[in-house]
Amino acid sequence: MAAHLKKRVYEEFSKVVQQHPHEEVPAKKLRLTKPSKSAALHVDLCKASSPTDALQYLLQFARKPVEADSVEGVVRILLEHYYKETDSSVRLKIASLLGLLSKTQGFTPDCIVDDVINTLNSERSHQVLAQLLDTLLVIGTQVPESLNMRHRLIDVACKHLTDTYFGVRNKCLQLFGCLGSVDKPLPRESEGGGTGMAAKDVQSIISDYFGDQDPRVRTAAIKAMLQLHERGMKLQQIIYNQACKLLSDDYEQVRSAAVQMVWVLSQLYPESIVPIPSSNEKIRLVDDSFGKICHMVSDGSWVVRVQAAKLLGSMQQVSPHFLEQTLDKKLMSDLRRKRTAHERAKELYSSGEFSSGRKWADDAPKEKVDTTAVNLIDSGACGAFVHGLEDEMYEVRIAAVEALCALAQSSPSFAEKCLDFLVDMFNDEIEEVRLQSIHVLRQISTHITLREDQLDTVLAVLEDSSRDIREALHELLCYTNVSTKECIQLALLELLKNLTKYPTDRNSVWKCLKFLGSRHPTLVLPIVPELLSTHPYFDTPEPDMDDPAYIAVLVLVFNAAKSCPTMTALFSDHTFRHYAYLRDSLSHLVPPLRLPGRKLTSAPEASGLASSVESAQNFLKESLTRVCSVQQLDAPGAQSLLEFTIRDLQRLGELQTELAGTADFCATYLHCQLLLMKALQDKLWSVAVPLYLKQNAMVSGAAAQVLEETYKLEFLYSGLESRQIASIHHVRLQAKALQLVLLARTRRGVEPLLSACEKFLHEVDAFQRLFVTELPHFQDSFVDKLLDIMPRLAGSKPADLVKILQTTLRHSCFPQLKLPEQIRRATAAIIEPTGESDNPLRFTSGLVVALDVDATLEHVQDPQTTVKVQVLYPDGQSHVIQPKPADFRKPGPGRHRLITQVYLSHSAWTARIYLPRALSD
Amino acid sequence: MPEIKVTPLGAGQDVGRSCILVSIGGKNIMLDCGMHMGYNDDRRFPDFSYITQNGRLTEFLDCVIISHFHLDHCGALPYMSEMVGYDGPIYMTHPTKAICPILLEDFRKITVDKKGETNFFTSQMIKDCMKKVVPLNLHQTVQVDDELEIKAYYAGHVLGAAMVQIKVGSESVVYTGDYNMTPDRHLGAAWIDKCRPDILISESTYATTIRDSKRCRERDFLKKVHETVERGGKVLIPVFALGRAQELCILLETFWERMNLKAPIYFSTGLTEKANHYYKLFITWTNQKIRKTFVQRNMFEFKHIKAFDRSYADNPGPMVVFATPGMLHAGQSLQIFKKWAGNEKNMVIMPGYCVQGTVGHKLLSGQKKLEMEGRTTLEVKLQVEYMSFSAHADAKGIMQLIRMAEPRNVMLVHGEAKKMEFLKDKIEQEFTGISCFMPANGETTTIPTNPSVPVDISLNLLKREAAFGGPLPDPKKPRTMHGTLIMKDSSLRLVSPEQALKELDLNEHQLRFTCRVQLQDPYSDTDTLSRVYNHLKSVLKGYTVQHLPDGTVMVESIVLKVSSSAEDPNTKVVLLSWSYQVTPGCTIQGSQLPH
Repeated sequence: MAAHLKKRVYEEFSKVVQQHPHEEVPAKKLRLTKPSKSAALHVDLCKASSPTDALQYLLQFARKPVEADSVEGVVRILLEHYYKETDSSVRLKIASLLGLLSKTQGFTPDCIVDDVINTLNSERSHQVLAQLLDTLLVIGTQVPESLNMRHRLIDVACKHLTDTYFGVRNKCLQLFGCLGSVDKPLPRESEGGGTGMAAKDVQSIISDYFGDQDPRVRTAAIKAMLQLHERGMKLQQIIYNQACKLLSDDYEQVRSAAVQMVWVLSQLYPESIVPIPSSNEKIRLVDDSFGKICHMVSDGSWVVRVQAAKLLGSMQQVSPHFLEQTLDKKLMSDLRRKRTAHERAKELYSSGEFSSGRKWADDAPKEKVDTTAVNLIDSGACGAFVHGLEDEMYEVRIAAVEALCALAQSSPSFAEKCLDFLVDMFNDEIEEVRLQSIHVLRQISTHITLREDQLDTVLAVLEDSSRDIREALHELLCYTNVSTKECIQLALLELLKNLTKYPTDRNSVWKCLKFLGSRHPTLVLPIVPELLSTHPYFDTPEPDMDDPAYIAVLVLVFNAAKSCPTMTALFSDHTFRHYAYLRDSLSHLVPPLRLPGRKLTSAPEASGLASSVESAQNFLKESLTRVCSVQQLDAPGAQSLLEFTIRDLQRLGELQTELAGTADFCATYLHCQLLLMKALQDKLWSVAVPLYLKQNAMVSGAAAQVLEETYKLEFLYSGLESRQIASIHHVRLQAKALQLVLLARTRRGVEPLLSACEKFLHEVDAFQRLFVTELPHFQDSFVDKLLDIMPRLAGSKPADLVKILQTTLRHSCFPQLKLPEQIRRATAAIIEPTGESDNPLRFTSGLVVALDVDATLEHVQDPQTTVKVQVLYPDGQSHVIQPKPADFRKPGPGRHRLITQVYLSHSAWTARIYLPRALSD
Repeated sequence: MPEIKVTPLGAGQDVGRSCILVSIGGKNIMLDCGMHMGYNDDRRFPDFSYITQNGRLTEFLDCVIISHFHLDHCGALPYMSEMVGYDGPIYMTHPTKAICPILLEDFRKITVDKKGETNFFTSQMIKDCMKKVVPLNLHQTVQVDDELEIKAYYAGHVLGAAMVQIKVGSESVVYTGDYNMTPDRHLGAAWIDKCRPDILISESTYATTIRDSKRCRERDFLKKVHETVERGGKVLIPVFALGRAQELCILLETFWERMNLKAPIYFSTGLTEKANHYYKLFITWTNQKIRKTFVQRNMFEFKHIKAFDRSYADNPGPMVVFATPGMLHAGQSLQIFKKWAGNEKNMVIMPGYCVQGTVGHKLLSGQKKLEMEGRTTLEVKLQVEYMSFSAHADAKGIMQLIRMAEPRNVMLVHGEAKKMEFLKDKIEQEFTGISCFMPANGETTTIPTNPSVPVDISLNLLKREAAFGGPLPDPKKPRTMHGTLIMKDSSLRLVSPEQALKELDLNEHQLRFTCRVQLQDPYSDTDTLSRVYNHLKSVLKGYTVQHLPDGTVMVESIVLKVSSSAEDPNTKVVLLSWSYQVTPGCTIQGSQLPH
């Protein structure tokens, strides 16, 4: 036997070599090692005296990767050994190895299916059976398109479904889920084994196992069904009842899967009608399942609760009646109806009596409740969210808050109702939950207007010591609608309090007031005199212009005044002066105002913003196509065209913020082209070197600039596709070629040139490898030409190479730049410390001082790893500091906020110094 | 018919002196052993003579289980164990074991030292009693003896409160003690698995109440305190030392932390300090937040809350003070109250219920002038607030627990009869198949159970049976099988008949049925026999019919013999004999032999 096997190994070895006799050397080297791998394994396995040894060998073997071509051989050897092996644990390992091997890239596992199925039939051990089925599952998922194989595998699964071991049944069901045919019932000739179920379709086979005695099998059955759903099969509605029954299973994993199942069905058949048991009524399926899932929010297991709460959020088709029940909880005390605190607050507010002292028995129960009418267990959705929001586990609470958000966004009336509950969550014990509920409230704020008492509760959170919470709340206030002028006053008061308590919040508070003012001009108008403390007869002292609180008030007033022209009449003289000052110093917070006696300078707001964006986009496209024709023009014409286009694009970027990134990107790219073009002008190259030293300097400068620009292009913009990156690399390649040529012309000596040439060739090679798929777009370009003659280049001398490069550079055309969907320029704005700070930092030499850094990063991808803080000391030293990942916050899409502390220390300096800092990518 | 008997000695249709006797599977268990706050005579303890009239407590009881450290659940423990006399094991959770003696000692001090009662248990008795305690862990199954096992579940309510499952064989009882289904600032919610007990004994303090969300209450509380402190006023919160006090402390502590407030918070010292120490230790019994964050900082290590000194009350500026006792009837809380009552900037917050006649109750009912001892009147100018922080499950919570445990019967204790009535109706109405009981003290409820009896089956027999009819035992269908049940030494075994005979050393006896049939046949015996044989052979196709050389015919296992009768040689007597397994259908045909 061993001899036979060895022969096989050698056969395989020779066969492989024959197959690729003409391959290059490195490839051949690779192949040479392979047969020895399977041979070694074989030898090892034969050597193994005990099952433990064999297992050890197999484990070692499993750690190393196997190449695609030798997999077959290895598999054969494994199978050979499998048949001989008596120990089930070794067989188990072999079976799992088979599965692992069939995942190897480039190996088509259909050839081993037969073997595996054969071994299945003779296998006694249940565990090994399960593992073999798992292997089949792997194979089946590897070749998803082969129908024939799938049917065979399903047959096998059918046969083993009745196994006594749960693992085998599990795997069979998994096979059904992953491979069961999606389109039609299994067309199978009924032969032995599971003949009874042969005629049935996959779904009913699987649903038979919903009632299995083992909870793991039940879970697997549901999961298989969900898998079918994911693969596009429409689940039948009949399983709805079964799924609902599983909701009360004893095991949490079953319940958790069942919740998902019920949800899937509710999304599939939302409108179909189901009867309510024990009554004649019928309701929509989505309502029924909504009720059931709501019920699961008070399940015993928190995993199920989280799941249920999450899924509730996505059930938007549910009827409003049911939806509103989720927030309903009938209170009673000693069988008397009691009003909730929310109801009381609302009543108090509407009766005009706002802040009442609490009285004993203020919440005294009112009318007597009819005992028969009280339903303690609510069959439906009653109070699901009330429970969810009060849950012990914060995971459940967060899930509930998120679900509330999703539901409220689609239903304004629900948003109004859930407001009280969300506001209550601001007081949660876990910060994450508080933050989340603030964010949620912001998201639904378009639907709601805060009442005064609610605003009061919201504003109370402003004193929170967590910066995140406060900033989230400021953000929320930016979008909030309030109902009365008292609300504005209250908000301003609390914000000012916030400002005095946490002076670092200055910017955030000002921004918040800006929006508050521009949103509610009419509410601000009546309180302006009070805010500015003006008096009809007397002049009041002029407030201090540097007081942040005063600035805050002014920001509010000025923003309100923007859409309320009558307000300016109420300003006193110094207010106008302050306006002029603030308009200059804080232009992003203070809008241009139409002041009496002064002309409004700024252009009227663009009315059709959308259309203007579109026209700008068109313009961008046109200019780019225009640039394409640059090839046909003579040099000066092309240059001036490029120059104009660059200028246009830059202007466009300034005007249209939406397109700024794209326009900038194009302009920079074209600028590179322009530089290259200038550098390659005829004059320079036709004349002898020493005469044009000046030009040489110009050209080398240009090349360096182009290089720098290309790095900027590559790393500063997000949203680039590989095609754009290829273009950038292409330009860089050109620049490098240019540098090489320059080097050849200016330097004497072969050594540096030789290594430079080699380096360049490597780069060309790398380019080819990186952008294989993009090469077709580079027809007739520099790289294209270069690659054509690549074999010749590799062998040629540096001097020849340079010559070739020079000609190709000058005669190749620029590849056209194609714009991707959206390009964003990464920017970083340092808010804190401000550059022109009046008080410089002082620190003692050798000691450490901490500096707070606060910066906003826009469109930076993966800032945790890419962003660093650079500190430049006055003596020219610089430190690069990597901020902690936790210092980055994500307030919105594409935006990051870096709030960190930088430790400064310098050995030689003790004097006061100004520290310029830069954020570098 | 096996049954479970439950007799409340206290807490039957009543709140206070919880004490419930359970007889299950031949075991007697006492659940809780509390005192009644409302009585000062013999009625304050449960009536143990109910048991002792038949002998000593130790002989009757297998174990005593205490659910938590409140005195209405453990107050009578030293009395029972030391004065009445009980030496068996007492089970309670670790925190209960730690805190219980502190409270008992305090209770003893007040009764004996202050009220001057005699014939009360002593400090030594408390110590001796605590020596009999066996601590329990959550979800740990403890074998009291070979058959009786108990298991504790988390109950919320107070630190260390537990629900207990008592199990004998397949019969089981769950006793909830006091529990809370909504989590609070320091404790989680009660939880139990689907253990399907025969009877669930549940408290029903709030049987007719559905409570509002906890958050509103908390927010109100914090807002009130915050506003007063900001105004520069002082806040007095009269509390009882354990339980709610810790919750409110945590609430204020985290709020102070969050809002960066500076006003001092004081806690009047005493047994609280000791208790707080235990709260710090038993972190596993608290809620998710405290459990998860205690590595960074133990929430019970208060940063802002400091010990109170009498002189602090006159300090200027805002402050918050927790002071005992909770109903403002005496002690430090009353002293402070007197000092602060005159200033309308100050506030007093009553976090719990106040008994009639106490200052707290008068305040809450709105009196503005209080008569103090010594005929002085005190004008109340400060604000009075009431907040209910109660840690019992409300009606919904009770229903939720029933849904979680899925019991076959429910018994309500620890509540008022009228309220129980309502809940009982609701339970029976909303859970089909669950009957509900609410016995009064001393009234015994008997619940028939249907325990399944486990039987060991011999492997050979099982394999043989499996070979007959399919491999999978279907749990939903009963199946008949052939075997012998041996009951020996209180163990039940199912074995094959052969093995049973061997084990019991008995001979095998075969039971055969015989029957004589007379035939009129003129031939000789042997001829008749062969005629019968031939006939049978033609009639009974598909059966094996044999003519044996010893003059018998065998049809399968049935034996036929022919002999002529003594009187008439023509009358032949056919003797038929068959074993009990054979259906006699075919033998009857044989009798209709044609002539």
